[in-house]
Amino acid sequence: MDAVPNPWFSWDYVERNWSEVSEQLVIHTTLTLQAILIAFLIAFPLAVVARRIPRLAGPIMGISGVLYTIPSFALFGLLAPFTGIGRTTVLIGLVAYALLVLVRNIVVGLQGVDRDVVDAARGLGYTPARMLFQVELPNALPSIVAGLRIATVSTVALVTVGVVVGYGGLGQLMFRGLQSDYRAQIMTATLLCLALALVLDLLLALAGRLATPWLRRRAS
Amino acid sequence: MSLVSDAWDYLTTWEHWTGANGLTTATFDGGWRFAQDSIIALTLEHLWMSFAAVSLAIIVALPLGLFLGHVRRGGGTTVVVSNVTRAMPTLALLTLFAASAIGYGNTAVILAAAIFAFPPILTNAYTGMADVDSDIREAAIGQGLTPRQVALRVELPLAIPLIAAGLRTSTVQTVATVPLAALVAGGGLGVIVNTGLATQRYGQVLAGAVIIAALALTIDFVMSRVQRAVTPAPLREAAATAA
Repeated sequence: MDAVPNPWFSWDYVERNWSEVSEQLVIHTTLTLQAILIAFLIAFPLAVVARRIPRLAGPIMGISGVLYTIPSFALFGLLAPFTGIGRTTVLIGLVAYALLVLVRNIVVGLQGVDRDVVDAARGLGYTPARMLFQVELPNALPSIVAGLRIATVSTVALVTVGVVVGYGGLGQLMFRGLQSDYRAQIMTATLLCLALALVLDLLLALAGRLATPWLRRRAS
Repeated sequence: MSLVSDAWDYLTTWEHWTGANGLTTATFDGGWRFAQDSIIALTLEHLWMSFAAVSLAIIVALPLGLFLGHVRRGGGTTVVVSNVTRAMPTLALLTLFAASAIGYGNTAVILAAAIFAFPPILTNAYTGMADVDSDIREAAIGQGLTPRQVALRVELPLAIPLIAAGLRTSTVQTVATVPLAALVAGGGLGVIVNTGLATQRYGQVLAGAVIIAALALTIDFVMSRVQRAVTPAPLREAAATAA
């Protein structure tokens, strides 16, 4: 039935179309990193506020929870009429989804800091700001890194849904591969997505390890 | 703003809810499918696809998770499974299935959604069973319960809160995944958004997105009630912290 060969993978396709594939890979990567960076810059103050003012913890977690529950497809649909088709819409959506995971993990990390350590620091005369950055933040790092890893891996997968508004990075290749019924194109984009998620995850894990040398000493 | 009023008009036009020719349309092979121009029919189709996907996932993941948790083996595997599926884009699986022998349409969507509904159920069933206090297990064995009785009468009731949390996660996630069906010629509420984008009727896009978001939030609320109802009162505190 298949008159035209339709392989699941083809190096020939990858070589011939590398400029297009690499272009989407770059878009995918920069979009992910940008989204995570923005989401972290929003999530960190929110988490600190939620931790310092318990009365605001409920609303902050509630709103980010609602944002997280709205399906990505619908969120892009909600934004597209206002922010147009393209990068901005996808970026806003990605930030909204990364927010809950990051806020939750930062709050959990800050909550997990030993009370005695905080008390000792306060006794030494640490100001609230110094307390946050020199005592609480380093102690919360493992949980924060865990949150960053989950958020990053999910974001890499989520970028593909951007095809709804015509800006899905590697998802664009998947969708076009489907439209032209060419399996190798879909498979190439899929494998690159998985590889990108894996590489970013490993890099974050490595960065986390380098940032918390005291944990390694304790383990050994 | 005209955009919002367009969306409002779309939502308040009765024909958009019931469809021009009823809730179903005949297919060329003598069967029927849900009408793609009716919000009610698309919602029903959406719910049916979600139900099918979650059911499939439950049938496979629940017994497997309960068994592995009971024998306390394969914990590493369940973690790997859930990590890999997190990295796997839904769209990738969807397009791969649609391009394979499965073909375009709802079957590919239900299968893909079932695969993504699988890990939360598996992981939570496993963790729920495996994390039962060893003292409780030993007390049960000491009282002469068979391994089967330990699993069904001691571990399972204690694991219910986590299992229910896993079901909620995977159900909500499935309802959120099904809209992507519109991209592979499937049905469900994504059709409204997709058609709106294709025809540049952004009021309709907005209306469709609002309906999908409302459905997801409703399902999340209903599932949180179900989760609460099946969790024995003394365990509710623990379940709240676990979720």
